[in-house]
Amino acid sequence: MLRRLPFSPWHLLLMPLALLFALPLVQMVLTAFMPDGDINRFPPRLIPSRLQLDGFIGLFTESQALRWLLNTVIVAAIAVLAQLVLCSMAGYGFARLKFFGRNAGFLMILATIMIPTQLLMIPTYVMFSRLGLIDTLAAAFVPWLASAFGIFLMRQFFLSLPAELEDAARIDGCSTFGVFWRVVLPLARPALATLTVFTLLGSWNDLIWPLVAISDESLYTMQLGLANFQGTRHTQWSLLMAGNVVATMPLIIAFVLAQRQFVATMTFSGLKG
Amino acid sequence: MSLLFAGRRQAAAHRAAIPSGRLRWLHRSLVGWGFAGPATALVVGLSIFPAVWAFLISLQKWNGIAPAKPIGLLNYELMVQDPDLLAAVRHTLVFTVLFVPSSIFLGMLIAVALNRPIKLVGFYRTCIFIPFVASAAATGILASFVFNPQYGAANTVLRTIGLPQQQFLESQSQALAVICLIALWGQVGFTVVVYLAALQDIPKDVVEAARMDGANRWQVFRHVTLPALGPVTVFTSIWQTITALQLFDLVFTTTRGGPLGATQTIVYYVYLQAFKLTKFGYGSAVAYGLFAATLLITVGMIVYSRRSKIEAF
Repeated sequence: MLRRLPFSPWHLLLMPLALLFALPLVQMVLTAFMPDGDINRFPPRLIPSRLQLDGFIGLFTESQALRWLLNTVIVAAIAVLAQLVLCSMAGYGFARLKFFGRNAGFLMILATIMIPTQLLMIPTYVMFSRLGLIDTLAAAFVPWLASAFGIFLMRQFFLSLPAELEDAARIDGCSTFGVFWRVVLPLARPALATLTVFTLLGSWNDLIWPLVAISDESLYTMQLGLANFQGTRHTQWSLLMAGNVVATMPLIIAFVLAQRQFVATMTFSGLKG
Repeated sequence: MSLLFAGRRQAAAHRAAIPSGRLRWLHRSLVGWGFAGPATALVVGLSIFPAVWAFLISLQKWNGIAPAKPIGLLNYELMVQDPDLLAAVRHTLVFTVLFVPSSIFLGMLIAVALNRPIKLVGFYRTCIFIPFVASAAATGILASFVFNPQYGAANTVLRTIGLPQQQFLESQSQALAVICLIALWGQVGFTVVVYLAALQDIPKDVVEAARMDGANRWQVFRHVTLPALGPVTVFTSIWQTITALQLFDLVFTTTRGGPLGATQTIVYYVYLQAFKLTKFGYGSAVAYGLFAATLLITVGMIVYSRRSKIEAF
């Protein structure tokens, strides 16, 4: 990495672009720590005159942001755990076990990939309200418990594993579940990481479905809370930006920490076509 | 006699094997569905079943509470004549036409640049990718701050370089283009990663062979790299088109469809009709229209790519 490289003209393209992509986020963080006076004067200051925590204090005292954050963490954690268990099991079943209706079942799952969520919103809303799920936290996580994408991803991965590994375990007297749990699943880490990334991103950032399914303010997710908060606090930018920081930073930190893995898994998941 | 006997014994053995075979088959099916069942039930129950139900709802006049009134295809007939929906379709198409080609061009350009062995490449990669992790809701709120006509950074920049101030999201003619810029900011990271992965798959010796044959950098790109990126381009076009057609979050958190409906998109319109005006039947019909259009475009792109010998699927 420290090898001396000659200056490349590509820097002339990449440097401004990188700044263009990063600076709004820097401004978001700076604004969250900025006194409102700095923002509302003309011309506004881009660099705060002093740093203060009023935005965050205001956010946590004047809204239920802590609650929203907790709700989001619960929803995302349940979604990720459920997808890891259910999708890996289904993926293994469809890849390796022979049973009645396997092909029909898998074809049906493939077909659902084409169906957009907008189409499902109305009947799902009606179905959930009849089941008494509307305005519960369950409404936010139930649609994320399993996904066709997850099943497909795990199946592709299991198909790529050599079958000899499982045969050996089976000859040693392992049950089907034992083979899955002790032999196959530990090998599936890269695929499980991919699934975690996509489920986490999707469930953490979801807005339209919570917007439809949840109206009780104490059950808001962070995204929903922020979006509604924005409508009422249009001028209190330090508050809004503090909310934005709270909503995005956990994922950004997770991304920076796991960047190598993240990019590798995006590549692995076959998204390159 | 012995032959007959032997035959009979074989048949008896075969008959005896049937129950145990059937049991094994039943056992295997139970184990199989034990693995695949829960996830399959959830996916089917939360997509195929509601998708079929959505079609039935689209044939009704229904507000979700009062008894539904079957009205046949009337919702679909209303749809074709609805000027607001027509406007929403137009806005969505304009957005798609602005967003898809630019995200592909920009993504490919950045990926080619990031694929060079230059300094700071890790830093550049992180900067360009991070906006993709931020939610569209957070991005929308941040954007409405940056593009605020009074104290937004965008106008500060324009002022500094001596250009006239703009109204951005508050202008009927600019709002959609500004939303497209914001969407690009948030989404290009995805296209970049996909292209980067594809670029790293191109065998180095092919590129070297072309260089040996006297091809310059541009010729290598034009005749080796670009054709190799064909399948990925089909994939990203389809993916980004679907993303563009489903635009909602950014609109909700920046303009809420305004000013004067200038940024109302199809999904935003479905949301308004179904959940603000509780016209479940009509909302479902519009959603079905969007589904049909998406499917048509996707299939069209796949067929086109097959014809032009790009094997993407």
